[in-house]
Amino acid sequence: MFTRRLFQAAALLAVTALPAPAQAPAIHVPYVMDTLPNGLTLIIHEDHSAPLVTVDTWYHVGSGDEKPGRTGFAHLFEHLMFMGSEHAQYPAFDRLLEAAGADNNGSTTEDRTNYYEAGPSNALPLMLWLDADRMGYLLPTMDAAKVDLQRDVVKNERRQSYDNQPYGLAGETIGHMLYPPDHPYYWPVIGSMADLSAASLDDVKAFFRKFYAPNNATIVVAGNVRADSVKALVRGYFGSIPRGPAITRSDPPAFSLPRDTMAVLEDRVQLPRLYYAWHSVKGTADDDPALSALAYILAGTKNARLTRPLVYTTQLATSVRAFQDGSRLDGMFEIVATARPGKSLPELQTVIDRELARIATDGPSRREVDQAYNSIESDFLGTLERVMRKADRLNAYYYEWGQPDFFAQDLARARAVTPADIQRVARRYLGGHRVVLSIVPQGKTELAATLGVQP
Amino acid sequence: MRSGWKLLAGAAVLCAAPPLVHAAAAQATIDMSQAPVLGPPPALHLPPVQTTTLSNGLKLYVVEMHEVPVVQFVLSVPGGGRRDDSTLGLASFTANMLDEGADTLDAFGISSQAEYLGATLGTGADWDDMVVSLKVPRRNLKPALDLMGDVALRPTFKATEVARQRDLRLAAILQQRDQPGTMASLAFNALVFPAGHPYHNSLGGDSASTAGLDSAMVRAFYRRVFVPRGATLVVTGDLTLAEARRAAEAEFGAWTGTAPAPVAAAPAVPTAPTAVYLVDKPGAAQSVISIGGPGVERSNPDYAAIQVMNTILGGSFSSRLNQNLRETKGYSYGAGSGFSYRPLPGPFSASAAVRTDVTDSSLIEFFKELRGLRDSAVTPVELQRAKSYLALGLAGDFETTSQMAGQIEQLVTFGLPLDYYNGYVPKIMAVTVADVQRVARTYLRPDRVRVVVVGDVAKIRPGIEALHLGPVSVRDLYGNEVTR
Repeated sequence: MFTRRLFQAAALLAVTALPAPAQAPAIHVPYVMDTLPNGLTLIIHEDHSAPLVTVDTWYHVGSGDEKPGRTGFAHLFEHLMFMGSEHAQYPAFDRLLEAAGADNNGSTTEDRTNYYEAGPSNALPLMLWLDADRMGYLLPTMDAAKVDLQRDVVKNERRQSYDNQPYGLAGETIGHMLYPPDHPYYWPVIGSMADLSAASLDDVKAFFRKFYAPNNATIVVAGNVRADSVKALVRGYFGSIPRGPAITRSDPPAFSLPRDTMAVLEDRVQLPRLYYAWHSVKGTADDDPALSALAYILAGTKNARLTRPLVYTTQLATSVRAFQDGSRLDGMFEIVATARPGKSLPELQTVIDRELARIATDGPSRREVDQAYNSIESDFLGTLERVMRKADRLNAYYYEWGQPDFFAQDLARARAVTPADIQRVARRYLGGHRVVLSIVPQGKTELAATLGVQP
Repeated sequence: MRSGWKLLAGAAVLCAAPPLVHAAAAQATIDMSQAPVLGPPPALHLPPVQTTTLSNGLKLYVVEMHEVPVVQFVLSVPGGGRRDDSTLGLASFTANMLDEGADTLDAFGISSQAEYLGATLGTGADWDDMVVSLKVPRRNLKPALDLMGDVALRPTFKATEVARQRDLRLAAILQQRDQPGTMASLAFNALVFPAGHPYHNSLGGDSASTAGLDSAMVRAFYRRVFVPRGATLVVTGDLTLAEARRAAEAEFGAWTGTAPAPVAAAPAVPTAPTAVYLVDKPGAAQSVISIGGPGVERSNPDYAAIQVMNTILGGSFSSRLNQNLRETKGYSYGAGSGFSYRPLPGPFSASAAVRTDVTDSSLIEFFKELRGLRDSAVTPVELQRAKSYLALGLAGDFETTSQMAGQIEQLVTFGLPLDYYNGYVPKIMAVTVADVQRVARTYLRPDRVRVVVVGDVAKIRPGIEALHLGPVSVRDLYGNEVTR
């Protein structure tokens, strides 16, 4: 996820017994929905436990919608959404919100672009006015100078977050190795320097007209508000913005990795790091929860299948992580391990491959699976503590599942995972072809991984 | 406007304020040409901090928050990095060891038991405190609290575990060289604070001090500082004062120990004419800049004015540094500044990562902004915006059990009254244009700052020398002179 800037800025629920409840608890985040005649979707969640409000807008466009030669454009565009609009000219956006005690930011992924404002609940009309003005009236004040300026800022963001970070090019490299070139997850959200240089004012206008229409957006208003008042306000501010053309987004090409692939990068780092990546499944696929549980069981705690032998028993590694990245269209499963000083990546591979073979053969214990679930359930409770996090989940669930309050169902999916499921997905996905990336200190390619032995 | 903000001492929970969306909004279409006029901000009713003392002297602070069935416990003892003495990093290492083995459990047992209970168990140290924290669904409080008790009161510090964590820490110290931001911060602190001052070093120590750590040292440090006298237990979330007290007494009531000696006084922090220190990172895509010097202690009477001044300088997106270096010049992804508040004066620094070929130009802009706040008065609009941002943004700092516990921890650490936030908004709103200029002149000292730049020295040195900011030298990431 790529955010615009450095600055950071009570649900009704009943929870049944932990640990290992027979079924997932019924967590509900009540909401009301409204669809405007221009296609804008509004989701409202009342939470009067603190005098706060969050307005969270999702445009259903991300880097996956970019054209060849314009990688990074969706994120560059996100930056331009803060550069003023017809009635709220630059720099009114930030200044007015700060004067109201509110924070704001935006972020872009492969699949969507998000904008939020969060602050005292009396600031709601200001937040909606600013969001409506940039949805309806962005182009009259847009010019090449603004594009040039934010292009420089985004290039600095790329330098700061990737080029000048150790192991910073790993994600981009893995995307290129795992996905076919016409797959929307092939290129990085931040884009290439050359493509950022090529972006023009005409590109900005066309992108805005195509994707930044009310029928391609969903607004969640959550917090210390009344639903009927919010509906009236949103209809008042957004109702006259014209509907845009219907958007068709094509499915990504189906593919499977034809063979194991390997790459070695030299970087200005002290310790070599190993990356394994497999093509897995998207977030809404049936196997996504089992893959997430597998990741947790492999590297989620000190006692995990990979952490214990690598970091504790053999002390070959300083750290190991595993995760299932189930996005909207597709997914990958990744394991990342960093060697201790003096150790080489093939030594780590021996342990990792052995443990992957073991879990594919015997599966995890019921206790390991229950522990994975309990940890997920606690994360849900944490989400419910913050209005801003609830707002973001409502938007995400609506986008992915067509249902904002999918909390209970999502937990139930996690709860339904069995040891046999985890064994099966370990076999099926981690037994397939994989990407093996080594990032090693400059001049130390002898520390790099080999293709290894399939589990 | 901001008179609506107050703390109601008697309120039992974080209450709902009346929604403030007005009927006028119901009209069909709203005039877009003007920004809406906002109603008064909602009142912030912070729940009271209830206090009691356990039989062994442990002080308990409880804030009831019943919206979500979770509970947070934060145990804090005055045993932070200021007590490291000659073994740098000892406090933070000791904290790190607490959950690597306790009572009959090893590291794996502690970790998997905590996770099985849906609990997050944390340990750590800052300069003044060592902390053990627990966040857990209310339903599992008892077994999770037993685990927290083991970790806090019955750590084993086995030699094999100490050796393992020591080696991991040595690797982490090695990896500090990979991170330009970390390098800048290490060098900056080493150059601002003299040797012998606790803030001269990293809390995590260095490779020499870490290599010497053993089980006996860790156990001795733990025994010295981990006592109930002077310690605090902050409890927030879904339980009452009586429940919290009962649970705390059962877990921590029998804990005893003799209070450690007071911390040694820190040496004075001298300032000197501005000097520039370059830390080489050949091939770096950017230069990381950190400019500043000793700041102020949290109890400084100018605190409110300093916060407002810093919000204008570099503490918000619309701040002068960010507007200039990012939004006008396009040199950076973001620039900012801040005072680190600690019981002793922590550092003030202004910083940004900038494109290599504009490193010198960026330094010019930094100094322009530091001088600007001293030389001319801020505009009333700028002042009002900064004050409102701080005052109205307060409500967002108390939303979760973790945030609430953190806020109380801070009040206790800084010796501030528990009803401190009653007076916060009026103090901020009372700051004047003259106050901002006065504190800028007092605490921003562009002629007496350390300027640290981590980047490709061969490329940036000539341009920086031509600025004549002060003597330019090349240093390592610990601030030591590098002979060329």
